[in-house]
Amino acid sequence: MNFSNHKRQNTNTYGVSKTLGLLAAIVCFVSLTAFTITTDGGYDIGDVATDFSLENIDGKKVSLADYKTAKGFIVIFTCNTCPYAVAYEDRIVELDKKYASKGYPVIAIMPNDTDVKPGDNMQAMKARAKAKGFTFPYLMDDGQKIYPQYGATKTPHVYILEKSTKGNIVKYIGAIDDNYKDASAVKTKYAENAVDALLAGKEIEQKKTRAIGCSIKTK
Amino acid sequence: MKRFLIIVLLLNFSCKEASKEVVAQVKNSEAEVKSDIDLKIYDYDGLEPLINKTDGKVHVVNFWATWCAPCVKELPYFEKVNAEYQDKNVEVLLVSLDFPRQYETKLKPFIKAKKLQSEVVCFDDVDQNRWIPAIDSSWSGALPATIIYKDDKRQFYEKSFTYEELKTEVQQFLK
Repeated sequence: MNFSNHKRQNTNTYGVSKTLGLLAAIVCFVSLTAFTITTDGGYDIGDVATDFSLENIDGKKVSLADYKTAKGFIVIFTCNTCPYAVAYEDRIVELDKKYASKGYPVIAIMPNDTDVKPGDNMQAMKARAKAKGFTFPYLMDDGQKIYPQYGATKTPHVYILEKSTKGNIVKYIGAIDDNYKDASAVKTKYAENAVDALLAGKEIEQKKTRAIGCSIKTK
Repeated sequence: MKRFLIIVLLLNFSCKEASKEVVAQVKNSEAEVKSDIDLKIYDYDGLEPLINKTDGKVHVVNFWATWCAPCVKELPYFEKVNAEYQDKNVEVLLVSLDFPRQYETKLKPFIKAKKLQSEVVCFDDVDQNRWIPAIDSSWSGALPATIIYKDDKRQFYEKSFTYEELKTEVQQFLK
């Protein structure tokens, strides 16, 4: 499928007739949604996400169940060594500052094998968290048992969960926003929009987005 | 209806803006490196024709970056394929996702040091949610990633290769 052709077709036909324009818009919309349907293992929207007990940079174990008053979570698989993850550090801190008090704290999980990436070991995680002023837990996925269950493939990779009586339901999977290079040039804040929708009890418009990231490192 | 149009118009606008920027960047880099390495910089609209050729050749397109360790590890295998299959109508294209600020400081020195023979192009387009699924619906966005295609036949790989694995895949396209 060729996205740009649909787009071109769409804008061109609108000038000709409104009906054709509408048709093309539907084709464009359908092809857009078609792209977002993929299931390569891991969670899809609506699945119940597993809880965990992972070691934080302060040496204590952290579980989602510890957060009695939270409405949900912004779980972000991230690390020290990936330039994309580094580019988003300040924005992850901002997310936590903005949403922890509203019931959606950030929970950061470092999924890489630290033998492959020593720059992501616990000591380095502590140093990075201190240097960047992380206000949220930064957990080690020791044994790499959690990220495969979520289906995370890269850093950064965001999962927004909503607490329910059935457990923590996956509501959003993907990117933080649409500009890794320049926070001031961002047009759509995907993760914020998703949490805002959840807080307002509305449907999330973009439930899945893609972004480039570093593959999660394994032996 | 209105909303669709706004989305479409916005997309169209942002593409135009993006290509303007790229033209400027290409001009700049050409001026800087005339006698050096000629690095072309593309947004997705520019890259798309390069990864959808219908010339009967087998094209091996590898998305990589100098900061991506598994990418750097497998680069020699792509170079080897490029050298060994040149006479069999196989072309390798190395699409770098290095950040623009590192073209001069990291990418060009890397290309020189490794004496890369395959064609290297830079790909700079922030609208990843648009082009990642357009390149392949199964791509989660992790690097490295590779496309092998010949005319309409196409395979996408979100993985690292050994030389043997890469050779096996390329040979399937030569049958």
